[in-house]
This record gives sequence, structure tokens and C-alpha cells, in this order.
Amino acid sequence: MNPTEVMEPAKTDVEKKYKVIGTRPIRHDGVDKVTGRAVYGADVQLPGMLHGKVLRSPHAHANIKSINTAKAEALYGVKAVMTAADFPDAGSRTANLGELGEVPLKPMCDNVMASDKAVYHGHAVAAVAATSPHIAEEALKLIEVDYEVLPPVMDVLKAMDEDSPLVHEDLYTDELGEKSSKPSNVASHTRHVKGDLSQGFAAADHVLEREYRCATVHQGYIEPHAATAMWNPDGYLTMWVTTQGAFTVRTSVHQILDIPVSKLKVIPTEIGGGFGGKIPVYGEPVAAVLSRKARRPVKVVMDRTEVFLATGPTSGSYVKLKMGVTNEGRITAAETMLAYEAGGYPGSIVALGGICMFAPYNIDNTTIDMYDVVVNKPKTAAYRAPGAPNSEFAVECMLDEFCQILDMDPMEIRLKNGAKEGDIQSHGIPHPRIGCLETTEAARDCEHYQTPLEGPNRGRGVASGYWVNAGLTSSVTARLNGDGTVTLQEGSTDIGGTRTSIAMQLAEVLGIPVEDVVPSVVDTDSVGYTEVTGGSRVTFATGWAAYNAGQAIKSQLIEQAAEIWKVDEDQVSLADGVITTTNGDSRSMTIKELAADLSQKGIDVGSRETVTPQNHGGAYATHVVDVEVDPDTGKVTILRYTAVQDAGRAIHPSYVEGQMQGGVVQGIGWALNEEYFYNKDGLLMNASFLDYRMPTSLDLPMIETIIVEVPNPGHPYGVRGVGEVPIVPPQAAISNAIARAVGVRLGDLPMSPQTVVKALSAKS
Amino acid sequence: MAIVHIPALLHSLTGDVRKLEVEGRTVGDLIDQLELLYPGIRDRLVENGHLRSGLAIFVDGMVRREALEYEVPPGSEVLFVPAVAGG
Amino acid sequence: MAAKVHVAATINGEPVEFLCEPRQSLLEVLRDELKLTGSKEGCNNGNCGACSVILDGLLVDACIVLGAEVDGCTVETIEGLMGSEGLHPLQQTFLENAALQCGICTPGFIMAGKSLLEKNPQASEGDIRHWCAGNLCRCTGYDKIVRAILDAEPQLEVKK
Repeated sequence: MNPTEVMEPAKTDVEKKYKVIGTRPIRHDGVDKVTGRAVYGADVQLPGMLHGKVLRSPHAHANIKSINTAKAEALYGVKAVMTAADFPDAGSRTANLGELGEVPLKPMCDNVMASDKAVYHGHAVAAVAATSPHIAEEALKLIEVDYEVLPPVMDVLKAMDEDSPLVHEDLYTDELGEKSSKPSNVASHTRHVKGDLSQGFAAADHVLEREYRCATVHQGYIEPHAATAMWNPDGYLTMWVTTQGAFTVRTSVHQILDIPVSKLKVIPTEIGGGFGGKIPVYGEPVAAVLSRKARRPVKVVMDRTEVFLATGPTSGSYVKLKMGVTNEGRITAAETMLAYEAGGYPGSIVALGGICMFAPYNIDNTTIDMYDVVVNKPKTAAYRAPGAPNSEFAVECMLDEFCQILDMDPMEIRLKNGAKEGDIQSHGIPHPRIGCLETTEAARDCEHYQTPLEGPNRGRGVASGYWVNAGLTSSVTARLNGDGTVTLQEGSTDIGGTRTSIAMQLAEVLGIPVEDVVPSVVDTDSVGYTEVTGGSRVTFATGWAAYNAGQAIKSQLIEQAAEIWKVDEDQVSLADGVITTTNGDSRSMTIKELAADLSQKGIDVGSRETVTPQNHGGAYATHVVDVEVDPDTGKVTILRYTAVQDAGRAIHPSYVEGQMQGGVVQGIGWALNEEYFYNKDGLLMNASFLDYRMPTSLDLPMIETIIVEVPNPGHPYGVRGVGEVPIVPPQAAISNAIARAVGVRLGDLPMSPQTVVKALSAKS
Repeated sequence: MAIVHIPALLHSLTGDVRKLEVEGRTVGDLIDQLELLYPGIRDRLVENGHLRSGLAIFVDGMVRREALEYEVPPGSEVLFVPAVAGG
Repeated sequence: MAAKVHVAATINGEPVEFLCEPRQSLLEVLRDELKLTGSKEGCNNGNCGACSVILDGLLVDACIVLGAEVDGCTVETIEGLMGSEGLHPLQQTFLENAALQCGICTPGFIMAGKSLLEKNPQASEGDIRHWCAGNLCRCTGYDKIVRAILDAEPQLEVKK
């Protein structure tokens, strides 16, 4: 086993500057989570609660001609049955998605429950609430749905064909406001242009053109979706939901059900993983309507099959890439076409694939064409660095091919072209201060990369990755208690230890132990608006709100101390939890002493803070992997893996490492095994954890981590989001390792044993 | 006066002019000026009086949620970029 | 609906009696009838290990055992792990190693770890990876979980 390490200079810097930041305290919610006491989505139990179950389309593509629920309603124990007809007519209403603007509401409603047609296998068509989940399941079998089955379209390129079956007869291609003359499965086309491609390719000594494909993969969180709703007769609706964003659920349910936000309270439970998949609503509006109809609380919990059939996944994709380099390894031009599957309704994350694709490199001439394409698969959801792995896989594989042509070290080509502050990205925005070169250098110099790999059928692969990160709105409310501790209420659901990484930033400001900050994730009535836990933004943005709250408390304490001591505020300072005078009269008291005094006097010290920071910077990672390929079976074994990443500032290094390790392993699964198998009728054939093969502990070595710290100048403590970028490099790193192990280049994911064997036999 | 970058899909409307200096106090004013130069461009950027859904306005590298109402500092660079959400 | 079955078992050291439908799994009984929601449902078909419990000394997935089957048996769940002296060493090493992120798989992993270390107190990294292959974690990449189980070994040895 190799120890994980933090780069030395940064560590020294942290030790000098900070007391709390950079330490590894036990997380505040830890005991609840190791004792089984933490309440997750499905653990909610209410008096009189019913169990809801959802009937799903057995067809990939079918018009719904009629639904007869009479027999189900008559079953003993059934208290309510619903269909899409129970939702208010979406008509021409729109949903406001913040920065994404106003979008039509109907697709969002139809994805929750199909109104006129089912557009993927497993699409919800009706639901039942009954006194037990088993009765609800029996009732589903009694619902009669008359389908007119239509031919499905399952592949992004086939869907783009002129004569493809149409998923939606009324969908026209949008090109920045200009609509196509004919209906199409291509929902939109966008483009970024930088420089001049023909000049760029003319300057190249070597040009490659390749195609790359990613299968549809799922986020694979272990906790299925669960929502419990209690709709009271006075119109107030309370929901307990496992979600990445309680406020997002509130907004979505408010829009779909057309009820006032003020009558809707969302209480986030603990969340058993999300990775982007627990941002959209599925069973939440269904539970609400069932509760209204049954006049009792209703809990809707998905089973694993439903999770695979109807939630997530990320986009299957096709990427065509042409790149040119000089003999010296300088990239002169890159031209790409990205086609991403959106699933049954428009809205893939192809735009993010486009933005991230060339971001690790400074390339003068680029053109990116992006197509958002509907197919008869579940509506795609975000998945950890959404869109980026699909497109960056192509670039990173091709760079490695160039390295072999040029006989150049993979780190060298990345350093030679690496992006720096001020470089203009392919969509026109300049890079802020980023740690691309530092990260690559650390990977080049690490012990793993410097140790030769030996043995037959073994190869070492390198790949880098970029993720844009996000800022967005976060709020906290902090209040000083009479004993000098601080309660901290926040709206960010905690999926990976963020209660603690947020609390640490407040504790640092006041110089108190992090154990004296008591964080809790609260409901939508109890804290200011907070965007989702996603975009690697929580430690960055919610942490910033906590920092501001700490500063506010600090200045209130100084003000109160100055009042007590009858000195000017500028003669009082606070450090390490102690308030002192700076005028030479050596008076001091601890925060605890002052807090007790203020509490006695009835003086409240606290703050509520809302931030919407934008200086999130970008996240970079470079990974090194050693693999061994079994030439007979095609099985790829990961021998050693090192992930190097710029964290800006690692607030809690253990959880930074955890994000890196988790992201790597999801990337390994994506690279080698994971894939949705559809049959010719468009039915999903592997909707279980046995057949959808995620990595187990047995498939992996320890994942070594090296945290590089290039502080983000846009954050008070230099934080960059760390959660998402580690999923970007593994796919290409492994493909490159396979190429160097056995001499075949694989551009289609996953690189399953049969794919490897096929490629090897084609080669020989 | 600000430097406006024309989205790639609209280069056909501007005769491949990719960026230009435009007079205007707000982003909305800039678009009005562009419309005078390149008729039809406003409808590609603005829908029902609002910035078209799926577009974001970046001024000097920062998203401006005020969108059309945002007051553009002199000399700044204005870009229209597809809006995106993370996971 | 078939008549309910009367079951008497020892759960976390306490004698417990309950009625369950013949079709109800042990996991349903634990969670819905006995309100022991520490065992989680991730798949309901024995693939993910989130509901791992120890049944008469054997590690099982509670979702593929029927409630009616445990009549006369001894069942250990995550709720019974904490003793009078506080957290079980595995619970403590999971915390110290940051071996959980979302935490949904944690009760299952801790029960699996306990079961392993009872049989093999000096389990190697390879032993742990092999034994825990029936427990899925999507957050951690398993690295810190394996370390946490390794770290618990000397502490359990001392306790003995």
C-alpha cells in the first residue's frame, strides 16, 4: 500500500497559516452514519403512511391510448390511484431554471408521468398508494393501459438520420432561435469557433481523425430515490426527500403541481449518493398527488430496477475529433463534432462537453459543433462532471496517439500545450488562475510515474481532465450559543462530509475547534435559498457563506467586547478563540466567556449569509494508471493508479482524497464495464446491480492520491471544487494504458473483455 | 462602448464578423445596436423581451444574471455563451 | 393474503417476537415492522450488500432472507453494534479513516467487516477486498474502507 500524500510546500504553507483548515477532524454526522441512526429517504415513517408504487411502460416508444384504473382502485387496501391527468395541465406554462432561463414545462411533467406517449422503457404512466408496498404492486398489475407501440430509436447517430423514427413529432432543431423546417430528433445545434481551422491544420505536421463513443452509463448511487409527501387539507404540503437540492425539489414540485412555494416545505433527508442523478424530480410530485387524493402521507420508494429504467443516466455519445500537431508536439488545430443523447426529452449536457473538451490545452484554432439529440432512453441527468468525460476522452486518447507518433512523453505534450491563466478557452472565456501545469508536473515527478513498469501485456497510461466547477447561490445561518459554540444551519445536503468542510471554514475565522461548530442541514423554510449539492460547489460556495458568517460573528464579538471594555473597536482583536485589546492594557477574554456574558444579557450574536460567487476557477487532474491485459480473456486488471489533482486548498484532505478516489473508481467502471444493454425493441436488459457491473473492492487496488494546492484567488481560503474532475481522466488513461500494453487503441467505451478480445483478434 | 463577440452560429448574419465594438449602456442596448447593423440578429438572441433561454451573458468572464438590463462597463468584452448546469 | 406468521428470534441480543407475512423479507421486517432502519435497501436482490446482517454467525443479505426464516435464530444488525463502552472499533476506524461519504453502504460494510474479522482477525488487504466484494460502495472507491477494516484489527485484538 502506498500512502496518500499532500504536496509538501503546500502543506507547510497550510501549517503556517491555518489552525483548522488542512486538518482531518471526524465528521459531525459520522456517529449517526456508522450506527445506522441517520435517516435516509426510505427511512421516513409517518403515522398512517401509505406506500406508493409506480406503473411503468413496458415499451420503449408507444402512444398511450387509454388507461383504465378501475380494477386497481377496487383492490382492498388501495387508497388512491393517479395518472398524468391528475397533474394540472402543463399547457404552455414554463419552468424557470435560473441561468438556463424559461423552458417549457410539459416535457418536465411528462417525464415524471407520461401523458400522451411513453418515450422510454420504464417511463412512469400511473401510480398507486396502498396500505402496503405489496398491495400497491398487486394493484399496478390491475391497471389496464392500451398502448400503440411505435418503433424506437436508440442510438444517437441513427436518431440524427433524416428518416429516423421521431421521438417527438413536434420537435424541431433549434439553432440559436432558428428552427429547422422539418421535425427532427436533433433538439439543438450550437457551435464555438476560435481562430482559423484551415490555418491551424496547415501548420500541423501530423493530423489524426478518429471517432469515439461512450455507452449510456448510470450514476449508480446505492440509495434508490425516495420521497414522502403529506398534503394537508389546508393546502400545505410537506415533503421528505433524498435530494441534492431541497430548494430545487421545491421549485420543481411548485411548478409541476402549480401550487405556491409558500405552501410547500421540503425537508431533505440524508442522501445516499447522487452524483447528479438526484437533482431532477421523479416520485416527488407523484407522492404529493397520491397524498392529496388519499388524504394520508404517502411514501414512494423506487426499487433498483426502477432506478436503472427511469432515472439518470448520463448521455451516450458520439464524438468525431480531428487534431493537428507539429513535430515539436504543439497542438495547432482541433475540430470536433459532439452528438450527445438527451434521452426521451431534450436537454443533454453536450454544451458542457464542448466547454471542457479542450480546456486543459491552449489551442489557437478550434471549432466545436454540439448536437443535443433525443432517443428512446430515460431523460439524461447530470453525472459527475456532466458531459466532460465523453468529450475529453477523445482528446486525451488522441494526444497519446500523437505521443507515440512523435515518440514524446505523455507528460511533455501536456506540459507543452497546457493552459495557463489568461489563455482564451474555446468558447471565448479566458482561464482564471488554474493549476493545470502544476498538476501535470506533480504527476510527472511522482514516484509512480518515475518507477518503470515491467512485464508482458502491461502498459502505463496517462490522461488529464478539466472540469469547469460551479459557484451558484448558497446560504447559511449561524448563531453563537451561550457556551461559545456556534450552530450553523445550511441548505446544502451533505453527500460527502460537507457539514464538516463548511464548518471548518467558520471555525477557522473564529479560531475555535471545529467541534464547537454544530452544523445541520435544514429544510426550505429554515435557511436562505441554496442551490444543489453539485458542480463541486458546496465546500467552495457554502463554505464561503460560512466564512462570511464567521466574519460577521467576529465583528459583532469585537464590537461587544469594545463596549464592555469601553475602548474603540479598532483596539480589539480576535484570534484563536480569544478576544484581546491591542492598546497595551492586556485585557482578554475567551469567546466562551464573552458568549456567556452576552447570553445573560440577552444579546444575540449571529448572522445569515447568502453568496453567489463566480470565481470558482477550474479543476484539473492528471492520472497515471498501470494495467495488465489478459490477451486470452480480454480482462483488464488495474495494477496501480495515481490521481493528481489541484484542490486549490484542501480544507479536509481526507474528504478531498475520498472525492478523488471515488471519482477515479466511477471512471474505471465507465471505462471497463458499465453500459446499458438495450435489446432490439429498446428494452433495457441489465437493470440490476448484478448485470450492470459497477466496480467492487475486488476489482481495484488502493487509489493513490496527490493533492496539489494552487490556491484559487477567487475564494477567501483558496478553495476549488474537487468532486467532479476525478471522473474525467480514467477512461482515456486506461485506454492509453491498454494501447501501450497490447498495441490496440480502443475508442469505444466500455472497453469490456469482449471488446478487447475483438480488437486483439482484429489486430492479429 | 463594449466589445461584443458574435456567437458562431450567427456569423452568417454578420458576414463572418466575429467581434466588434458597439455603443450602448446595457446589454439590451448593445443588441439594439447590433440589430441596426445586422437585421435579424436580435431575434436570435432575444425571445419575448428576455435573453433567449439557454443563453448566458458573460461580461469580462463573469456571468451577468441581470442579462439584458446589465450595465456594461466601457471597454468590456461581452459574450453570449450557452448556459449550462452542473451535476 | 396469507395469514401472518409468528416469529420469535434474538435480535441484537434481545428476544423479539413479531408477526410477518410469509412474503416479507427479513429486511422488510427489520425496517418496517421492527423499525430498525439501519439496514438499507439498495437493490432488494442480494447484489449490493447494503442490508448485510449477521444471521446465526453468517453474513447474509437481509433482503434475500424471508422474515419467517429467522424463527429461533440470532440476528445482529448495525443497531446492536455499539456496546456499553461506546462505538465498536470498526465504527471508530470508519470515522477516523473517513471511510464513508454518503454513508448509505456503511452499515452493511461495518457488518461485513465485523463478520470477516470474527473469522479472520488478521485479514490482509486482499482478504478484505475478497470478502467485501458483495458490498457495493459508489462513493469511496473502497480505499478508505479497506484501510478502516485493517485499522480495526489491532484494536479488536486488544479488546479480546
